[in-house]
Amino acid sequence: MDITRLFAHRNLLVVGFLILILIFLTTFPLYGGSYYILVLTTILMYIVLTVSWAMFSGPTGYMSLAPAAFFGVGIYIGAILGAKLPLLVAVAAGGLGCFILALLIGMVTLRLKGIYFAIFTFGLLMFLTEIILYLEIHIGGSRGRHVFPASDEAVFYIMLGICVATLLTAYFIRRSRLGLAMQSIGGNEEAAAHMGIDTTRVKVFTFAISAIFMGAAGAIMAPSLIYIDPYIAFNMRYSFMPVLMAVFGGMGQFYGPVLGAAVFAYTERILRIQYPYHYMLTFGIILILVIVFLPGGLVGLIQKLQKTRLISKLWNRGKEEEHANT
Amino acid sequence: MIAISGLLTGSIYALVSMGLSLQYGVARVLNIAHGEFIMLGALIVWSLVISLGIHPLLAVAISGPLLFGIGFLLYRTIFTSLKNRAPSPAAVEGNSLLAAFGLYFIIMNVALLNWGSLSRSYPFLESVVWLGGTAFRLNRLVALAIAIVAGVAFFLFLTRSRPGKAIRAAAQDPATAGLMGVNINWVLPLCFGLGAFLAGLAGFLLSMSTTVNALMGLRYTIIALIVVVLGGLGSIPGSFIGGFILGIVGSIVNYFEPTLVLPAFYALFMLLILIRPAGIFGQSKQ
Repeated sequence: MDITRLFAHRNLLVVGFLILILIFLTTFPLYGGSYYILVLTTILMYIVLTVSWAMFSGPTGYMSLAPAAFFGVGIYIGAILGAKLPLLVAVAAGGLGCFILALLIGMVTLRLKGIYFAIFTFGLLMFLTEIILYLEIHIGGSRGRHVFPASDEAVFYIMLGICVATLLTAYFIRRSRLGLAMQSIGGNEEAAAHMGIDTTRVKVFTFAISAIFMGAAGAIMAPSLIYIDPYIAFNMRYSFMPVLMAVFGGMGQFYGPVLGAAVFAYTERILRIQYPYHYMLTFGIILILVIVFLPGGLVGLIQKLQKTRLISKLWNRGKEEEHANT
Repeated sequence: MIAISGLLTGSIYALVSMGLSLQYGVARVLNIAHGEFIMLGALIVWSLVISLGIHPLLAVAISGPLLFGIGFLLYRTIFTSLKNRAPSPAAVEGNSLLAAFGLYFIIMNVALLNWGSLSRSYPFLESVVWLGGTAFRLNRLVALAIAIVAGVAFFLFLTRSRPGKAIRAAAQDPATAGLMGVNINWVLPLCFGLGAFLAGLAGFLLSMSTTVNALMGLRYTIIALIVVVLGGLGSIPGSFIGGFILGIVGSIVNYFEPTLVLPAFYALFMLLILIRPAGIFGQSKQ
């Protein structure tokens, strides 16, 4: 059978496919128009935010609404440092800054259970927005700031690098002891603690790791925003969208959040400017439909389809054999 | 002066938060779309008053039941099916929070399509009243009175009536309450609907004393969250009193440094979650 032989080489196929995508992406600025470079950068940014959100919140079930906070801190670090230092240094500083911030936040908040953690991270986002606005006006003397310019290609390549790093980290964490520990925390935290998992340490560590990528993505997005103020940098959309994209894509499989982010970032880029209200309205409806009818997201749907097709195939074969016997 | 203006804003905060507290405390939905129901209540009343020319009090008699119905139906359809299918209570809460996000996007954008983002207001009881050497408009004082009456009436409903007793039983333990003959499939949607009703009432009070627009919802969701945490998640009297406390804190900070009101709210909020997640009046369950 051809199909079984194909499946034996499945890993090889996946790797080849990934290499093809990577080649396509790295050579893209050579032939893609400047508009499509911006579109791809946005898609990559949402993939980074969504995958790094799902890295922590997916297996543990702790719903973080902090992505916009880390993203915003990254934007500010990038905007301030990038004006004087090379772009890559600013990006690294953005990631490091958010790592430290997340470590501190994690240490005080991750003892909170479930819903309290969600609303705390939400409050944190609001608090950071307001306090940075206050500092900007009372110490900087003006609200908002203009960001240094950078070439779209440079931004694209660095974003691509961050995206690859995010995906690799997410993949390896998922397959490591850390990933298993997180899953058992999500299953039953008390039981996990009894099994000898230092639950607080696992949670704080992965929360901080996921923040690195959000901060780095923010730092590299700063130049393309041209002008920032706290309400732009800490826009709540950056917290909501990753959650919705991950749920839409489905968190059961590694590629779910990637799929959700890619689909939504592309449609957002195209539809949001033309029909902002209709777009967000449909978005809400889709979200509710997915939660109610498709708890596994797109990935769940794909698996369900595969299963039913396989089952119907077996079923039909069984019937044929019955016919042959009689 | 500080105390009175604190009471005035606090009364609306109290009403806003009682609704959210009911929805979370009993129906277990942390309704991030709560502020959108407030906005809907405010704008429906505005439309009825401006386009049909009817009295605001009559308008709220239409918008209140309407919002109750919407809330009731939403719970019966979306949240009930989430509740029946999810494997654990924590999963129900997480999924409900996500569904509430969806509602937030839907309601806000329907309102934006319908009313646009302009600020609206209508004239109602605008004469000035002097209290303790400061001028207040009559409509704000009436709003305070209505909020207090509504809050007390609601509290009495919960503590003295049979449906109120059923609601309190369901809040403690839905499964046992169900075994004791409380119709859970009726009580939980009722709570969600009542939360939406209270939001609509708060929206009406806002519309008669300030300007309202389609984007105001999230602000009140956040305030309601802060108050509910302040009073203890799920404690109804706690959120009523918490509303007034937040109103007074707000007007004290406002007196010294107006730009720091929101940071002060959020700082208070985060400190409370960290130090006393059960709230000032709640009993710690951990």
